[in-house]
Amino acid sequence: MNDGDRAGILRAMRRNGLTGGKRPPQWRGLVLPALLLLVWQTLCASEVFTPDVMPSPVAVATELLRLWTKGRLFGDIVVTVERVALGFLLGTAVATVVGAAVGYSRRAGEYLDPTLQALKAVPSLAWVPLFILWFGIFEVSKVALIAVGVFFPVYLNLLAGIRSTDRKLVEVGRVNALGSFDLVKRILVPAALPNYVTGLRAGLALGWMFVIAAELMGASKGLGFLMLDGQMTGRPATIVAALILFAIAGKVSDALLVAAGRRALAWQDDFASAQAKTGA
Amino acid sequence: MLQISGLTKRYDDGAGLRHSALDRIDLAVGEHEAVALVGTSGCGKTTLLRIVSGLEQASDGWLTLRGDPVTGPRRDVGVVFQEPRLMPWLTVRENVRLALLDLARAAQDTAIIDLLQDVGLVDFAEALPRQLSGGMAQRVAIARALARKPSVLLLDEPLSALDSFTRVKLQDHLNTLWKKSRFTLILVTHDIDEAIVLSDRIIVMRGQPGRIYRELSVDLTRPRRRTAPEFQTIKEEVIRALDLS
Repeated sequence: MNDGDRAGILRAMRRNGLTGGKRPPQWRGLVLPALLLLVWQTLCASEVFTPDVMPSPVAVATELLRLWTKGRLFGDIVVTVERVALGFLLGTAVATVVGAAVGYSRRAGEYLDPTLQALKAVPSLAWVPLFILWFGIFEVSKVALIAVGVFFPVYLNLLAGIRSTDRKLVEVGRVNALGSFDLVKRILVPAALPNYVTGLRAGLALGWMFVIAAELMGASKGLGFLMLDGQMTGRPATIVAALILFAIAGKVSDALLVAAGRRALAWQDDFASAQAKTGA
Repeated sequence: MLQISGLTKRYDDGAGLRHSALDRIDLAVGEHEAVALVGTSGCGKTTLLRIVSGLEQASDGWLTLRGDPVTGPRRDVGVVFQEPRLMPWLTVRENVRLALLDLARAAQDTAIIDLLQDVGLVDFAEALPRQLSGGMAQRVAIARALARKPSVLLLDEPLSALDSFTRVKLQDHLNTLWKKSRFTLILVTHDIDEAIVLSDRIIVMRGQPGRIYRELSVDLTRPRRRTAPEFQTIKEEVIRALDLS
């Protein structure tokens, strides 16, 4: 194929919007939850699960409706989402700066990485008493706990991505006299982007896990508090409703990240992008 | 222009053993001269080029460019590697821009268009590297290396991964660029024809550690015809010097 043919094909692909590949059908991901729902409802209807242990999907839906009409559910969802969003942004920002510095500078790595690796081993709940002591029981301690949870996967993945950047690409930066900032911004961070997106997804998932711990440690609002409330008042339907809301919120936020990541990684020419293009 | 004297390169293999890649290389390359380094695999051609580019340091000896010791990559030295080494996340335009970041944005844009016109890829400015053929990607790499108007262009087997038709086309293209810009050219190649087509002087390297075994002058008018008897005579001399006959 000569250059002219290739240019024509490229123009036609751009005109027809074919460079980004097909979107996979979304309904396939709903098959398993629908089946689980069916099995769950059947087991409850045949009284394998008693309502005081495991309420039926219908009872959970009714409870969700009750909480919504009472005007409480929306506020709980907003408070929890806000906490996760703030903690995620804070944890990601710090992890990105520290990860880029440690990845780029061997000296920064020698000073910082051993301590961070040791702190990574501290269980999340072990931070709770300290954070309450430092920041009180209100919002700051909760956001800080979530940020700690988000920090480590983002930091570790960004670091791994930067350290595994192809030496040959870094040499291109060196022979073109790129300064440290441009080298990090234009070569190291973009090269680490696939790892970084993986780290962001893992960090977000941990953010949702840590928000429960944060809200269980003393809150008067939020989905974690709703679960605690369900436990205290003996309403398993409330607990399961909160669990389902956590799963939906986690899935929606992850889908948003995946969509943003897909745009940022459109340049990739790997197995997954080939699958997306062919629909295989 | 470029002076190399007693240049030696030794590597530590990590187990305390030292392996020599280059041994006492002496070489002088003049302004606007085109020099080809040829030799069998492992004779240190690429190592020598990497030291000239400033990506590696010599263990002994000295190397100066216009009288200044070479201690690292320099703005006036362009390098084209064996592979195009384009950033896969950047378009062709942005890959070339990497070499022009010290200019104002408008000057960068003008220079990029000129460079892409020179290598015949102006229609591909917005293409990603994965949408280019091997020859096109290597032309982008050449445009990027020429972006800062280097006084020395180092080519490390830049055409070795290409098919023979594309290689001949790009050799002609490099000749045109060299005539136009008159940079000093140092080319590492395995391809004797390529060395004769592109250079004024062929340096034959042999042995491990690599040493300069012979220098041959290519006194042929450009463009050079591969079928010309003088071309074949030089080719046979290089083959003999390489001990391949």
